[in-house]
Formats: sequence, C-alpha cells, structure tokens
Amino acid sequence: MAHDYNEFNPAWEERTPVIIGLLCNWCSYRAADLAGTSRFGYPATLRDLRIMCTGRLDPTFVVKALREGADGVLVMGCHPGQCHYDAGNYKAMRRMALLRRTLVQLGVHPDRVQLAWASASQGTVFTEMVKNMTETIARLGPLNWQDTAFDESQHKEMEAIRG
Amino acid sequence: MTENRVGVYICHCGHNIAGTVDVEEVALWAAGLPHVAVSRDYKFMCSSLGQELVEADIKEQHLTHVVVAACSPHMHEPTFRQACERAGLNPYLFEMANIREHASWVHPNDRAAATDKAKAIISGSVRRVLELSPLEPLRAPIHETTLVVGGGIAGINTALEIANAGHPVVLVEREPSIGGHMAQFDKTFPTLDCAACILTPKMFEVGMHPNIKLLTYSEVEQVDGYVGNFTVRIRKKARKINTELCTGCGDCWGRCPAKVVDNIYEAGIGYRTAIYRQFPQAVPKYPVIDVETCIYYKNGKCKACEKFCPTGAIDFDQEDEIILMQAGNIVLATGYDLFDARRIPAYGYGRLANVFTSMEFERLTNATGPTGGKVVLRDGVTAPESVAIIHCVGSRDKNYNVYCSATCCMAALKFAHLVKEKTNAEVYNFYIDMRTAFKDYEAFYIRLMEEGTHFIRGRVAEVTDAARIPGEEGKLIVQAEDTLVGKQRRIPVDMVILMGAMEPKDDAKEVAYRFGIGCSEAGFFTERHPKLDPVATMSEGIFIAGACQGPKDIPATVGQGAAAAARVLSLIGQGVVEIEPVRAVIDESRCSGCRICNNLCPYNAIDYLEEEGVSRVNAALCKGCGTCVAACPSQVIQGQHYTFDSLMSQIEGLLYDVGNNQNGHVRVMEPEPV
Amino acid sequence: MAEQKPKLALYWASSCGGCEISVLAVHEKILDVAAAFDIVFWPCAMDFKEEDVAAMDDGEVDVCLFNGAIRNDDNAHMAHLMRRKSKVLVAYGSCAMEGCIPGLANFTDREHMMNFIYHDSPSTDNPEGIEPQMRTTVPEGELTLPEFWNTVKTLDQVVPVDYYLPGCPPEAKWTLAAIEAILSGQLPPPGSVIGMDVTVCDECSRTRSEKHIKQFYRPYEIIPEPDICLLDQGLFCAGIATRAGCGALCPQVNMGCRGCYGPNEGVVDGGAKLISALASVVDGATPEEIDAVLETLPDPAGYFYRFSLPHSLLRRTHLVGSNGTRTVEKITATPQLDPKLKD
Repeated sequence: MAHDYNEFNPAWEERTPVIIGLLCNWCSYRAADLAGTSRFGYPATLRDLRIMCTGRLDPTFVVKALREGADGVLVMGCHPGQCHYDAGNYKAMRRMALLRRTLVQLGVHPDRVQLAWASASQGTVFTEMVKNMTETIARLGPLNWQDTAFDESQHKEMEAIRG
Repeated sequence: MTENRVGVYICHCGHNIAGTVDVEEVALWAAGLPHVAVSRDYKFMCSSLGQELVEADIKEQHLTHVVVAACSPHMHEPTFRQACERAGLNPYLFEMANIREHASWVHPNDRAAATDKAKAIISGSVRRVLELSPLEPLRAPIHETTLVVGGGIAGINTALEIANAGHPVVLVEREPSIGGHMAQFDKTFPTLDCAACILTPKMFEVGMHPNIKLLTYSEVEQVDGYVGNFTVRIRKKARKINTELCTGCGDCWGRCPAKVVDNIYEAGIGYRTAIYRQFPQAVPKYPVIDVETCIYYKNGKCKACEKFCPTGAIDFDQEDEIILMQAGNIVLATGYDLFDARRIPAYGYGRLANVFTSMEFERLTNATGPTGGKVVLRDGVTAPESVAIIHCVGSRDKNYNVYCSATCCMAALKFAHLVKEKTNAEVYNFYIDMRTAFKDYEAFYIRLMEEGTHFIRGRVAEVTDAARIPGEEGKLIVQAEDTLVGKQRRIPVDMVILMGAMEPKDDAKEVAYRFGIGCSEAGFFTERHPKLDPVATMSEGIFIAGACQGPKDIPATVGQGAAAAARVLSLIGQGVVEIEPVRAVIDESRCSGCRICNNLCPYNAIDYLEEEGVSRVNAALCKGCGTCVAACPSQVIQGQHYTFDSLMSQIEGLLYDVGNNQNGHVRVMEPEPV
Repeated sequence: MAEQKPKLALYWASSCGGCEISVLAVHEKILDVAAAFDIVFWPCAMDFKEEDVAAMDDGEVDVCLFNGAIRNDDNAHMAHLMRRKSKVLVAYGSCAMEGCIPGLANFTDREHMMNFIYHDSPSTDNPEGIEPQMRTTVPEGELTLPEFWNTVKTLDQVVPVDYYLPGCPPEAKWTLAAIEAILSGQLPPPGSVIGMDVTVCDECSRTRSEKHIKQFYRPYEIIPEPDICLLDQGLFCAGIATRAGCGALCPQVNMGCRGCYGPNEGVVDGGAKLISALASVVDGATPEEIDAVLETLPDPAGYFYRFSLPHSLLRRTHLVGSNGTRTVEKITATPQLDPKLKD
C-alpha cells in the first residue's frame, strides 16, 4: 500500500501555532536571553524550557509536546564542535534524525520537529529560527494530535463513573 | 507527605515586564493553579524587599515550593535560591520563570500575547517545581595554583596580582618570551610613555617571582576537570637549550649563519637568526633554536652555536616535554591577531612596497627595531615627505569585521605624532569617525590637530601607484571621498600606514573549545555578563582578560587582568567551591547492563561493572549534561534536577491552554456503543 | 455447593488467539486453575453466551483476563460489559495492554484500509466493488456488523484496567504468577504490570560491549556470532528497552528481541526510548553520515512501535482523503536541516 500520508489539516480558526522549544542552557537559552535583552521581536508562538544540554533530549519530550497539543517542537543547542559538554549536540542530532524518520511514517511533516544551532551570541539566529519555524507551522496547519488522544487521566474519570 | 504549597511571585521589573505583561491579571490567574497557595505581584522581586516577601511567605505560609516569574535564571536564580535557603527552604525547590527575556521584551507590541505566554511559562514552571527534589550542592576544595594562559600585558598583570597575594601561578606563553604585543611597541598613547620602559620591569618581576612558574615556548593541550580542580596538560616545546647552563650571553646568535625574516616580533620587516632571542629584554633570557630554519636540522652540519657556547648549553637532541599540572582556576589572556591587510587588495599591501601595516610601523619607529627607530620607506634609507594613515582597515566594515577595534584611532594619532616628530612629513589621517573616548585621549587629538596633521573624513577607496597627473608620479595616491567637503580627493604620498583591525587569535575557537568556554561568531571569548561580569565565563573557574575578550587598549587590558586576578583570589579565599548537584545517578538494582550509555559520556564517568553486570556513574567526574539519562532505554538513569518527570510535567504545564487541555486536562472517554 | 469458588472469565477481542492458547501453556496446571476457579465465561473454549454474562450481577466475576485490542463497537461493548461485571479486569497480553500487531493499523485509517483491502490490493478480486456494510437486508431479515473503528485502541483507552500482563503472548509462568497472586489476595497496587522491572538484557546471556553502530543488518543479511550481543553486531534488538520476563527467548535463537513485553517500568513511550538509545550509539557526526547509517534501518516506526503504537504518545496526522482533491504539501522523503543553520 502506498504510504501517501501527506498531512491534511484543518484551518487555524481561532488558534495560533504553538511550538515547544527545548533550549540548551549554555548556548541557545542564552541566545534567547540575548534576543530579549536586544529587544528582537519574534512571534509569541514559542514556549521554551531549559535543559542543560541537547544531549538530555529524550525524544519522549518531543512526542509528549506534540501529544499535549503543540504543533511543532524546536530543539536548539550549541553549534557542532562547540557543545559545553563536548558532544551532547551530536547525540541530539542523531536522535532527531531518527525521530523525524519515524514521524514521517505517521504522516507528520518532518519540519514540525526541527533541530537548530545558536551560540550564546546569536540572538538574531535564534529570532530568525523562531520566525521561520512559525511560518512553516502556520503553513502546515494545526497538528491536533490530541483529537484521538487519551491519557492516564481517564482512569480517574472511569473510577468516578464506576463509583 | 505534606501538602504541596507553591508560592508564585510575578515581578513587574519596573516597566520591563509590567509594561507589556498584565502582571496583576497573571498573579490572579496563578492563584487558581493547582497547589498554588500564594500568588503575588511585586515591583522589583530582586530588591531586598522582594526577597523578604518570599522569605516571609515561606515561613508564615509554609510554602513547600517557590516560583519567581521575572528575568532569566542566568540573572537572578542564585539570588532567589539564597532567599529560599535563608528562609529554610531547600534552594532546589525553587524555579525561575523567565517572563522578561522570553516574553515581555520580545513581544512588546502585543500585550495579550505576551500575557498569555507569561501564563504558559508560569504554568510550566509551577508544574515543574512540584516535581523537583531537595538537593545539596556538591562541595569541592579549590586548588591553590592558578593557570594563566598568555604572557602579554594582561596575563603578566594577572599573574603578578595573584602571585603578590601569595598564591602560586603557572604562566604559559606560546612564544619564547613573554611581553606580547606591547613589547613590540615603542610609545604608548596618549602619554607617549616608552612601552619597554613600563613593561620590562613587570616582565622581569614575573621572571623572578618566587610564586610564578613561567613556562614559555609552551602550549596548553588539554584541560579536564572543573572549577577548583582542573587537570591541565601542557606541551613545553623543545628550546634545544639547556636553560640550567645557558647564561643568555648571546655568543650563539652572534655566530649563527642562518638569517631569517622575523615574522613575529619584527612583523616581517626585520631579521633574526635561527637561534635567537626575540628581543633584548626578553624574559626568560634564554634563546631558542628554530628547527625549521636551523642549518643543522637541514643537513646535519654547522653547529656553530654549539661550538661557541661557553657553557655547553646547546642541546640539539632536546625533546618536547609534557607537563601535567593541577589548577584551581584558569585565566585566559591569549590576546589578539592583527588584521591581515592583504585581504583588502585595493589598499595594495604586499603589492605596493610603501604600504605598511600598523605593526610594521611600530617596529619602524622602535629604537630596537630594524631601522633603529628611523622612519624610512621600504628601501631603508629614504625618509617620507608625506604619509597617509588609513583608519578602520578591516574594522567597521561589514565585509570584514563590523565592530570598531577601539584602539586604532588613538594609535593612528600616535603614529601621526611620531612621523611628524621624526620626519616632519605631512600626515593625512583618513578616518570614518574619530573615536577618542577615555581619559586624556581627546586632548591628544586636539594636540595632533594643532601639530598640523590633516584629517580627512572618508573611507579610502583605493591606494594606487597609477599616476594621472604629473605631481602624482612615483607616489602612492590615496583616493577617498572627503565627506565633509563632498568631493573626491586624491592625495599623493610616499608612505601609507594601514590601521588594521584587532581580530581574535586565529585559533581562538579551538582554544575556547579546549577550555570549555563560549566565543562570539568572530571568535572573541564570551564573558558571563557583558556589563556586570566581564571577566568571568560561563564555565566556573575560567576567567578571561584582555583583548581575547574584545578589542581594548592597554589600560583596559591591565584593568581586566587585575579584575580576573581579584575573582580568582576570591575563589581561593573561599577555599571550597559549591558545584551544582546536577548529576546522573544509575539505579543499579534496575540496570540491566545493556551498555548503551557506556561510551556516551564525554568525561568517561560511566563504568561498566563486569561482575554485577551493571553500569555506574562516577559522581566526581559527571558534569550533569544528561546525555546518558536521555539515552538509557530502560530509564534507570536519573538526571538530578532535570528529571524525566519534571520535564514532562513542564511540557504539560507549558501547554495547559492548548487543544483539549483547556478544560484542565479532562478528556472525553470513548462512549459506550449502543 | 459448599464453598463459593472465585469466578473467572476470559475474553478474546481483537487479537490473533495466541493469548487464548497461552493460557493452556500452563499445561497440567490448567486443572488446578479449573479446580480453583469457577470459569463463568470463555467463549473460545467453553459454551457460554454473552447473555449469560449480561445476566450476572455487576462485579460478580472476580477476575477477567481480557486479551485483544479494541478495534470495533463489539470489542468495546464487550470491554464495557466485562468491566462492569468484573471486580478485577486484567489486560492480558500485548494487544489489550499496548495494541500490539492489530494496533499497527493506526499507521493508516479506516478509509485507506477499506480501499486497500476491498479494492486496491493486488490480490483482491472484487469486480463488483462490494464492501462490508453495517446493515444488510437478506430474505431472512436484517444482518448487522459492528462498526469498524478508525483507530485501534488499547483496553485501558476504553475502560479502566486493574492489572496488565505483558507479552505476545504472556509467558505461562507470569500467567500462573498472576493467578496465584489473585488467589492469595496478595495483589500489587492497581495499575501495576505483573512482571519484572529490568529489561531483556538482564535475562540475555550474550556478551555486551560498548556500542558503535555503523550499519544495521536485517536478519537474513548476516549469520550472527552466537555469544555476542545482537545489537553489537548491528542486528536490531529491542531487548535494551523491553521489559524482561520472557527469558530472552528470541535472542537465544539468534533473533533480535521484537519488544512484545513492552517498555520497562516507568517508561512512558518505549518507542521513543528505543529511538533515543539506538540513535545515541549510531556512528556519524554529520547529517549525511548519520543518514547513511539510518538508511539501513527501514521502517523505523515499525521497529520501534511494533507492539505499542496505540498505547504510545504517537498519533498519525489527518490523512489525505482518497478522492485526492485536497491540496497539501508534499513531505520530503529525507528530513533536511535548513542549510542556513548548518555549521
């Protein structure tokens, strides 16, 4: 059977894209700080969290974010060769490559999960990346992975139903 | 298990946050989040009153966790951790929500979006903080020895300050002598002090200091460890001289038949021998044999130096020495490189003989230089009658370096003065803007104008020897638009001096990587904070001083050297350093020994125990990057403070209002079919 | 009747039937089971009807071992019924627990599946284009079929589940352990998986070393060394991320673990953990080098989520309709980093 799993997504309606950012403490988080200090504006689509190194990137975090309703995930770390911990960013590069290959099989456009580099001084690179990613996601449409999602919370509900 | 009671504090940061984010609304909203017991907004959370607010609430409201929504954790995380600790709450049960750099400052024109984003960030932080566990910082003793890398004026000053305070210093310099660029200068602006006269005593002091171990002609190859406890591997290159025996008498280089162009110290306009001492005041005084140019190493003959050495100090078989040392702190003072003027072909350097770089001119005017301080053209005899000095060569130019090199305007004024003084030639300064900030600099500029130096405001388009009119023949013609007059000018001169940019050392990025610090895109080392922490780096225990951090003149460099020394001394004074307890821990009872993690650790902190069939993390070596934590397929490696649960919860919190989550994580079950 | 024996029910929803057989793999102990329990419902082995169960009081069944995923209305109806009638509901086997092989249908949806099976597959011979209908009128009356769902679900995505017994199928020793625990009343906390909390590597006798994967091999491509970790030899093995309990059956016979026991205790998404672990030890420092290695692992989602797709965090996207009128962007086959962001 042909795997013609192109995404078909509804329009945005009232929602705007939501992107989860996983930023490494040493480079990209500081690039984001610098973007702030420099007052570089960018779309309010990114909600970021800090990890010490992109080596801490567990692909579970990426799929969790998509499952919780994010339309995309942006992982940013130090440039190759400049990892604060020597080579954590290479591990992230490998994991993201394999994760993207996996997501494609589920019809998810690989550009929904991206890995990019920004050093602590590259506030502009960070800003541009958020802008680019927002445009990409806006074009792709909402992911709405939650539509068919169930989670552990149902146990409580069912307990209530059972009395 | 006591009830969770989270305190949430929204900082106005004056108008910085409150001007964009509706802080009152956010505080009201946060009060309704699960487990939030207290939610307040306050003008300046980092003020002592703000901190006291948190402390009082921890005590009176029995808070179990604290979230402060304000600036970047890199700014005030330590502040609020200390506040928590003062009030008896473990500092690792505190989380900072960054709603300034990551919200109010980047969405200034959209109050609603910035407010929504602030809520999402706080929601994530509240969810995360609830998953955190109390931790105790690790404590490590600080090794008393400091490693200073780079023996220019910055490194010299740093080393002396620390050594004079009574602590051991190892000063490593790549070249055979310390002194750096300053040792090449003749005069220094604006006072026209003799550079050698003020530098040489300091160099001598370094050489003689009982607390300073000087390793010249040496390079740091590897750095391991962490603040307080670095292990450093240094390669001491073979001088081919037994320094125990050498007296520095100079008989050897006096007899050496190999003459080579000295591209380092003499900037390519002078010669040295194959066995040489860089300059008369060199510290240490011992020469070095350059094996690339020494005749003996080419054909096995000569050995003139050996024959004439009165003490038998020549050792052709000497080999590089590897030195391993422990250091508690490291100061990098690796300096700068001068812009290679060949990169701008229009200025003719390397093609037109009488175009000089600023460093060549420094050597030209220096009494110990190849011309004995005479300002002459490349032919070595003719004094110039007119000289053009071109500013901003490779600086303030988007094709090369966008930054201002900060020192060249003043150096150009110094050159103009020296040319006038030594040759009475006409001097033309081609500048974009004259930048003469700092004490007494403007006065020097005024003095130069009074001396009759010409100032033409305009970037030079070209330096050429193609004459168009009779007066230009045999001259170098400098073509520029005089932007004050609004017309093109062609000035024929005998000599052109290019004020090249100060650039990062060519291997600055490698060095930054080796020492585990950051550097800018250009390659200048990144300071911890551009204003409030200019000599520390993101790596604890590694400091930077001088031009390796950015272009700066001698006073600023000396100041930074002393500042770095003060930071090191304060750490040595503390005796122990607290290290973030962010570490990986393997639950060995559940480890199946699959060995996925074994080769992922950059610090070789993971050992596989064959007998038990499990892997173990050596806590002393682990730095907490979390690579093994993420990789462990059975999830038995725990990453302290960045645990799986804390990050998963933070993701849920960040997306609290998206999609179905709007109803507070309630989802509709599949209905029973009828 | 003297003493009331505990009542046991077994049900088979969307699964292959292997779980039913695995109950018999306890061999002669089945007699003990039969002696200890009053079996009240086991359609596969004994003649009971749905109405027999429906007639019972709610909670009358002490234990129900429910195998199979939920993929149609009938499966769901029976899940709800068994839930209501049972004090303890056990998701028995990988299908009920994680979705297993039937769950792989979640790569696509009902429309695509029906089109393929009834029209497009090379072996389909259906000139009249007949498709199954939920209601069909025949001379004898109306026939009905349960509605076929768009998405396969696990048992606990439809009704609350008390315990999980992993495996495709569960090993007899764990079935017995579960039954013994139930009989003795020494039950773990509700929601527990009955099994171990280490991975297959713990039970695997092969020698493992540090890992550097330069190429993945399919099982037919190499004859593996008998005593060396299969993953170290480049053969895909999910044992590193799979709960122990089977005794490392597959690796013993030169076949990489497929992962049927599901992820280890505490892991939310076993597939994502496999991605993380395997990618970490792939050799390559540039996107090109990494891609070259990953190219040798076809169908990664199939490898990583073979048994767990419905249970995982993953969801498919909305699929393009079969009428083909919708315009959407093409997916690039190989993910590419934005060249601007390459170092």
